[in-house]
This record gives sequence, structure tokens and C-alpha cells, in this order.
Amino acid sequence: MARITLDKLAHSYLAAPKSDEDYALKQIDLDWEDGGAYALLGPSGCGKTTLLNIISGLLTPSAGNVLFDGQPVTQLSPEARNIAQVFQFPVIYDTMTVAENLAFPLRNRGVDKREIEQRVNDMLSTLDLTDKARRRAAGLTADEKQKISLGRGLVRHDVNAILFDEPLTVIDPHMKWQLRTRLKELHEQFEHTMIYVTHDQTEALTFADKVVVMYEGEIVQIGTPEELFDEPAHTFVGYFIGSPGMNILPAELQGSTLISANASFQLQRNYPVLDASHVELGIRPEFVRVESASAKQSDSPSLPYAITSVENIGRHRIIRGSVAGHALDAILPEGKDVPSEAVAVFDESHINVYSDSHLVKPRA
Amino acid sequence: MDKPWNNKAWFFVLPVFLLVALSAVIPLMTVVNYSVQDTFGGNQFFWAGTEWYTEVLTSSRFHDALIRNLIFSGIILAIEVPLGIAIALSMPRKGIWVPVCLILMALPLLIPWNVVGTIWKVFGRTDIGLLGYTLTAIGVEYNYVSNAVHAWITIIAMDVWHWTSLVVLLCYSGLVAIPEAYYQAARIDGASRWKVFRFIQLPKLKRVLLIAVLLRFMDSFMIYTEPFVLTGGGPGNSTTFLSIDLVKMAIGQFDLGPAAAMSIVYFLIILLLSWVFYTVMTNYGVERGK
Repeated sequence: MARITLDKLAHSYLAAPKSDEDYALKQIDLDWEDGGAYALLGPSGCGKTTLLNIISGLLTPSAGNVLFDGQPVTQLSPEARNIAQVFQFPVIYDTMTVAENLAFPLRNRGVDKREIEQRVNDMLSTLDLTDKARRRAAGLTADEKQKISLGRGLVRHDVNAILFDEPLTVIDPHMKWQLRTRLKELHEQFEHTMIYVTHDQTEALTFADKVVVMYEGEIVQIGTPEELFDEPAHTFVGYFIGSPGMNILPAELQGSTLISANASFQLQRNYPVLDASHVELGIRPEFVRVESASAKQSDSPSLPYAITSVENIGRHRIIRGSVAGHALDAILPEGKDVPSEAVAVFDESHINVYSDSHLVKPRA
Repeated sequence: MDKPWNNKAWFFVLPVFLLVALSAVIPLMTVVNYSVQDTFGGNQFFWAGTEWYTEVLTSSRFHDALIRNLIFSGIILAIEVPLGIAIALSMPRKGIWVPVCLILMALPLLIPWNVVGTIWKVFGRTDIGLLGYTLTAIGVEYNYVSNAVHAWITIIAMDVWHWTSLVVLLCYSGLVAIPEAYYQAARIDGASRWKVFRFIQLPKLKRVLLIAVLLRFMDSFMIYTEPFVLTGGGPGNSTTFLSIDLVKMAIGQFDLGPAAAMSIVYFLIILLLSWVFYTVMTNYGVERGK
């Protein structure tokens, strides 16, 4: 187990990168605490897998260093780094039995025979595979195969970290939930540092203590699921996390008054004077109330809301529409009717201000 | 049965039946017909029963040729399959050299059998052939016309030169189909190069190897042109394989009955051995887990 530090890390798949766009990873400085459960979240092609392969040693970065407990390991092979990795598609050794699969990494490292047997048996019962130990691994289902891939990492007690590269992609939905719960249990039991790459926000938010959100080769925010929800550091995070994502409207800031969609909002907090030209207002659909235009009873401004569609997703409804020509989503709780002539009312305490896409922190 | 019967499908299969009948069943039945009759010419046939089969199966001429065939196919498989795998493993996976290697590999496959035979026949001649002349010059008494071992080595060299590429191309296609994650997982599990081959590459190559072994076995078991061009089955009878013997019997001696019986036996042997290869290779390791 180890603390993993990324020091001014950057990577390009091109031999001679020129501009910023040639880099799959722009400069990254990051500390992964020992024993933490992290999720690396981002859309496809944002550099998550590249970053993971650099940590595991399958890829050597173009610039910067990877350190385990302060020791540079950038030039070391995956084997020497002593990490485990679980891939998107289950990797098993077809000709071996389940037990032989689990014993394989130990045999390669010359572990004592009796020790191997002991550890493999422990791992088989941890993974609920004891009754299939003598079966050939090739005939198992996808989730069982993925458990074996995971087991080959866990069976090595001393691994520095376990890395997951979208490990539940090929697993059936109901098994996904079970495996995720099992992963969480295993993390509590073994206290390995775990880094979990995914583009699925539910997976990331349920698995991780801390979520690292990546966008176009950069880390845009590191935080707990609550922080990502309440105060997305970047409009991308606001949009990417949440269902539907955060509403972003062009705005103008004057002191503590934010003018957007032909209305002025009184912000509860004070903001510094912004010199950036590109200011935006961010509000989550959960904090947009949909009221009937005739029943005005709020202090905050009501914006005429043109509703274009209503999606019933069971517990609540998602309203899609626009205010002053800008798209706006809202969530309508169960039991409330969709008004024929609607206004949208923002909960002013949950309005975030963005300048050039980055969150503006209010003055203390 | 609430499922309506629809026999239209037979209608679509019919053309295939006709084709197979014309190309395989009718000629085969003609041969079967010959094999159970005797003729003295003039299109007069007499019933012979199993007489020709008994004669073929008990003749030492047939036994010798069959043993030559088995040894030859055994040697061919033992050389071409491992060599093909080795070459495929050392071929590049990326870059400009991939098409270059593939084209070089495909070239021998484009050359007709008799041309290959002629090339090597000339190549091995001690007076004008580069190989024969060089060997003689460095003191090796190489002569495929009079030395049976030399004739065999020459024919084996021809076949290896001609057909190893096929195994290489099949194996290469199998190798490039293995996802990168397998190699990455193996690195993380600390597997050695040999273990990567033994536990990832070889199992994943099983299907293409099955095809390669079957094709090379059937083809080498039917070898005809190369020994025919080189020495016509000689020196003596040393390279008289079943196919050469068959042609000698049917066309040289015009013994249609025994030749037909021999064809049937020959065909059944190939069928049987192919079935054995197929069963052994598809079942290898499968029953262990159940």
C-alpha cells in the first residue's frame, strides 16, 4: 500500500507534440492518499485510461513523475511497481481452472506452495467461487470472470494499489450492483488504495470517497460526491454530474446582484468584482421551482417558462423548456401538476456564479 | 403444432444439392462403381465385389506408399506448424513493415505447384543449380536423383518453402486478434515471455491452428506434383507417395479397378485422420473442467 503522487505529469501519444491539443494529458499534479477509494470520472476520450495506464506503468509519461510513497517509479515496469489492474473486459487464462487463475500471479512471483494454496482458498471464499475452483475459467459468466480478474489482484496482499478501468462495462445491470457492493466491502476489508475509472456518474459516486473529474486531459475538480453536486468547480462538472445536469445561463454580475434572463437575482453572498467578460449563472434543476404564472407568492423573480417537454421518470418529472431563449431544465416533485402557463423560480441560495467556466468563490 | 410448416427453404437449398451432386457425389460414385468391377477393355465390366479392396489393403506396395505418406505429413506438420508460429510471433504488429512482411509471406502461396517443383529441381542441380553447385563445391555430395534421403530433403524443403506462409498468415491473424488487455494483465501478473505464449497466445491460436493443421495435413497427404516433377517418384520407389502410385496404377498400368479401390481407401484415410485431428484439437483441455 502506498501514497501515489503525480508530479507535473503530462502525456502525448505523438512523438513531437506542439500545441496543447496534442496532449492527451495536460499537466497534472495530484496526491492519492494511501487506502483511499477514488473514482476517476469523465467522458470518453478525456484521458482517464491514459492516466490510469501511467499510474500502473503500462505507459511511460512524456513528462513528469509518478511517485509511490515519495519514491520515483516512473521508469519501473508494472510488475516492479507492484500494482494490480482490472480491465474493461475480463481477462482470464482460458486453459486454467479458476483456482489456477488466482494462483498464477503468486506462482510467477515464486511464492511458497502452501502459502499459495492458503491464499487462493481464502480468495475463492471471499469471491464466492469456492464451488467453481476446479472449473475451467473459460466457461464462466462475464461477472464471474471479472471477479477472477479482480481476485488475481487481491490475492497479492502487498499490492500498492488496485486500478480499475471501467470494470463493469460488460456486466449485466443487476450483477453490476452486486459487484459494486462487493468492491466496497473488499476495500473496507483490505484497505488497498483503489482507483476506479468510469464514465458512469452513479458508479463513481457510489464507489468513491473522492471523485476526480477529468475533462479534455485536465483534472477539473476533486471532491466528495456532495461537493461535486453542490459546488461544481467547472460548468462541465455541473453539467456532467446530476441527471439532468446543471442549468447554465449567461449572466452579468453587479455586486451581489446577478442579472440573467432579464431578471435580477439577489445573491446571499458577496462576490469579488469580475473582470472576465464571460459570466454565467449555474443552477441545478433540483433548485428550480415550477409555479403557475397566476399564483405569484415569491420574493425571487419569476421567469416566464416555455415548457417544451415533460419526462416522467417515476418518482418525479423532468421538465424541459426555456427562459428568455435559454434552455432550462427543472425537476417537478411527485404530486405537483404542470401549470399551463408556467414561471420558473430559482432558489437563490443555490445559485453558483461561473466566470470563464470556472466557479467564482464568494468572499468570506 | 401451432408452428406453420414452411418447406420453401428446401427450394433454396436445391441449387447447392445439384452443385454438390455434380462436383462430388457423381464422380465419387463413378469411382465406387469402378472399384467393385473388373474390365478387360471394350467397355465390358464384370462384378468383382471386394476383391480389389482386399488386393489393395494387403499389397506391400500400398503399405509402403502409405507409410511414406504418413512420415512425410508428420515431418511437414512438425516443421511447418512450429516454424509458422515462430515467424508469426516475430512479425511486427504495427507500422510500415506489416504490409511488407505480409506481402513477402503471401508470395510463395501464389506460385503453382509444378513451378515450385521446377524451381527447386533446377536450384538443386549440381551442374547449374545454385544450391546443388554450392553444396558440391563445399564438399557435400548432394544428389537428389540418386540419393533417396536427398530427394526427401529436397521435397520437404519445397513444401516448407511453399506452405509455411499459410501457417504464418493464419497464426498472425490469430495473434493480432488478441486484445491488448491480455498482454497488459500478463505483465501485471508478472508472467514471463514463455508463460504469455503458453497461457495467452497458444490458447487463443487454437482455432486458427486447427485450420492450419487440417489444411497442411490434407494437402501434404495428397502430395503429388513436387515428387513427380523432381524425380517422378524415385530414386527407386523412395518418393512414390500414394498419389503417385495411384496415377501409375490408373494411367500407367490402366488397372482401373484396383486404382478405384485405392482412391476410396485413400479418401477414407484422409477423412479419418482429419476427423481425428479435429476431435483431438477441439476437445483438448475442454473435458478437464467439467
